[in-house]
Amino acid sequence: MNQANKILKWFVSDSFIVSLAAIVLGLLLGAVVMLVGGYNPIEAYAALVTRVFGSAYGIGEMLRETAPLLLTGLAVAFAFRAGMFNIGAEGQVLMGMTGASIIAITLPGIPTGLHMILAVIFGALFGGVWAGIAGFLKAKRGVNEVITTIMLNWIALFLSNYIVRTFLLLKGDQRSENIPASASASIDWLSSAMNNARVHWGIPVAFLAAVFFYYFLWKTKQGFELRAVGSNADAAHYAGINVGRNIVKAMFISGVFAGLAGAFEVLGVFHYQAIYSASPGYGFNGIAVALLGMNHPFGVMAGAALFGTLSYGSGGMSFEAGVPPEIIQIVIGSIIFFIAAQGIVRFVIKPFYGKRKKEKVL
Amino acid sequence: MAAETPVVELKQITKRFPGIVANDSISIKLHKGEIHALLGENGAGKSTLMNILFGLYQPDEGHIEINGAPVAIDSPNKANELGIGMVHQHFKLVQPFTVTENIILGMEPSKAGGQIDYKTASEKVKKLSDQYGFHINPNARIEDISVGMQQRVEILKTLYRGANILIFDEPTAVLTPQEILELIEIMRRLVAEGKSIILITHKLKEIMSVSDTVTIIRRGKVIDTVKTAETSPFELAEKMVGRNVSFKVDKKPAAPGEKVVEISGVTVKNKDGIAMLDGMTFDVRRGEIVGVAGVDGNGQTELIEALSGLRKIDSGSIKLGGREIGGQTPRKIFEAGVGHIPEDRHKHGLVLDFSVSENMVLESYYKEPYTKRGFLNFRAINELASRLVSSFDVRTPSIQTKARSLSGGNQQKAIIAREINKNPDFLIAAQPTRGLDVGAIEFVQSQLIQQRDQGKAVLLVSFELDEILNVSDRIVVVYEGKVIGEVRPEETNDQELGLMMAGSKQGGHMHESSK
Ligand SMILES: Nc1ncnc2c1ncn2[C@@H]1O[C@H](COP(=O)(O)OP(=O)(O)OP(=O)(O)O)[C@@H](O)[C@H]1O
Ligand SMILES: [Mg+2]
Repeated sequence: MNQANKILKWFVSDSFIVSLAAIVLGLLLGAVVMLVGGYNPIEAYAALVTRVFGSAYGIGEMLRETAPLLLTGLAVAFAFRAGMFNIGAEGQVLMGMTGASIIAITLPGIPTGLHMILAVIFGALFGGVWAGIAGFLKAKRGVNEVITTIMLNWIALFLSNYIVRTFLLLKGDQRSENIPASASASIDWLSSAMNNARVHWGIPVAFLAAVFFYYFLWKTKQGFELRAVGSNADAAHYAGINVGRNIVKAMFISGVFAGLAGAFEVLGVFHYQAIYSASPGYGFNGIAVALLGMNHPFGVMAGAALFGTLSYGSGGMSFEAGVPPEIIQIVIGSIIFFIAAQGIVRFVIKPFYGKRKKEKVL
Repeated sequence: MAAETPVVELKQITKRFPGIVANDSISIKLHKGEIHALLGENGAGKSTLMNILFGLYQPDEGHIEINGAPVAIDSPNKANELGIGMVHQHFKLVQPFTVTENIILGMEPSKAGGQIDYKTASEKVKKLSDQYGFHINPNARIEDISVGMQQRVEILKTLYRGANILIFDEPTAVLTPQEILELIEIMRRLVAEGKSIILITHKLKEIMSVSDTVTIIRRGKVIDTVKTAETSPFELAEKMVGRNVSFKVDKKPAAPGEKVVEISGVTVKNKDGIAMLDGMTFDVRRGEIVGVAGVDGNGQTELIEALSGLRKIDSGSIKLGGREIGGQTPRKIFEAGVGHIPEDRHKHGLVLDFSVSENMVLESYYKEPYTKRGFLNFRAINELASRLVSSFDVRTPSIQTKARSLSGGNQQKAIIAREINKNPDFLIAAQPTRGLDVGAIEFVQSQLIQQRDQGKAVLLVSFELDEILNVSDRIVVVYEGKVIGEVRPEETNDQELGLMMAGSKQGGHMHESSK
């Protein structure tokens, strides 16, 4: 009863309405851009929806697109709740990939399932430690985490490429060998039921991670400490909380989220690790998703689903309606813009708001 | 006089917050050249009303007239345009900028070519400063000047923008007694020049000495508006609290027991290597309140931080019940039995974005029953919070309300409730009644005395000489990081204490801290 009430309240809450309005405004702006470019926006959006929701395959692929966005979004949001801006989810994803690949490829012969779990754990740890380095530098030396995480992104890119090229390379190719079936995280039965959509265990794990985020931060003792450090480190120190340790811990957990994203991309989607000439961008999208979700785990969930739908669906727009995928980037960009620039949204929806309040009075 | 149009007229202003009516149809007139004081209990709605006048909040009902014309003040910029300036309790200055840079921020005068014209600006600042006797150096950096001077910068900022209606929200809470006298002088000069002032303060002495009119607010409603000349502090206090307030502190003579805290030769250096505490030595016994008197900046902050573990000590020792606690972590010290009401409630005392309830367990959250098997036990936490909120009369719509939206005085009461509830052997109370109304001050002081009577050791650090004299059993006077004298309150008075605080040893009865 109480819970239901809470959920109901959330739906009419300010932040929810503003987010919704921002999405609508973003879609409208995208429509305007399409009109200017001579495309039919209705046709284009219809194609987007059909591609995603028109088939089981589409839904599966949309979820596949969503999982890493959700995990990196959680990574950024989690660090943010502890008062830090983790720009380094990108590098942590790459380290997660590398950790998982190493276990998957260099240790064959471990029983199926167990092998996969081990590889996932290693990927998560690699990501966590990578972020933990930035946390450690901040806690011990006061180095700003924005700078260190950016630098660590570059190091991660070249380090992971080096590891793949030196130890895991598929001869004559720009990628690692395939991972053995024992380490695959694909859910084969579901995949065949969905016309071979690349569904994998990382999808449920990502959603569970959001639930974990919520409970850990708001229901546990350790979460209390992290939040205290995040919103007033001086008061946390006064209260006897070890600020430095919590900074490292928060970054570690943040990195674990990102590392999981990387591990499942290798084990569940590609089944090998590529040598990247430039950063693939998972972590940067995560920043946008965290912003969309206002750093709340369930908001991040919704943000990732939206982002995943748009970016997978954009393929449909270009196929069916001939709209270049850049347009969809404009839509995503403008939704983020409107969420960040809440003032504008509030201004636009103000007239409707006024009516709502008056109705309540009557 | 009565026929003259008021410069500001608030007409039936009502403002509601979730669960509370902060202002309930409040009407106030401010006349030209008048100092109009607002008096009311913590949470009565004074700051809210002034935030409405300054455009930070919108009233739900009612309206404002300036010089007889209705206006809509929808932002602080609009307030500035209308000649309204506000000096907030928490200053809004850019620390590394100079005085002039802070004052012109947002309306920088420029030379041809778009360069900022610092010369003209600083001359104008200098002129204003001389006109009102501010004695301020326009080129000093904010971080290098005292709190009192920073407040003058805030005042200059409003004058520079052409304000003729000034709002002061508890301006004296952060000032030393000397600075308060100077501020009162400045306010007198401002009204002599035709400005009008609204002053919020809990100190009846200040109201009696500087204001022309007083409006008393209780629970969001105006109780009365009276001429200062026709009233008395007792009448004001009674109108405000709704009961008699005794200004004398009732207490039995102390019966000090064994030493609880022994501070010996403690030295603390700041980052420039200057000794802020320079071999400080004294002790506090069970069953006594030791007051620390001194001019701000003579080591009080460092002493408190060293005692509570917020700062490492460079040498010396601090013993609690015979065990060394110097340089230990805040948690170890708290677990050893030390409670600490911090000087700066927003920096150390509260996590403003946490609920009242979460703030009540800020230091004990990890213990049973507040945490069970790693999970917070909200039932126990809320039970504690409800109990503390009601027994310490913290006025909040609910225990789930964020600490940020409590009134200043109620934030302070929440901290005091938490620290006293820890039942510490040694309670450090730093400026415990800062920002509290007279009723709450009476209550908090009696709580300190009750702690003492239960055999606890209490250290009271305060800039209010009255408080030091009325509440302490023994007073140590600190000067430049050392104890330079020790007196008994019944054997001294504020003049003598004032002399000692200025560094003159003759005034006091010098004796080694009693064995
Ligand atoms: N932003 C806000 N949101 C919710 N409630 C608020 C907010 N600001 C103030 N209140 C509530 O309004 C009431 C009046 O607060 P206000 O700050 O005006 O009191 P005050 O008279 O200035 O008290 P004090 O002397 O303690 O400073 C309080 O109960 C407070 O909790
Ligand atoms: Mg106030």
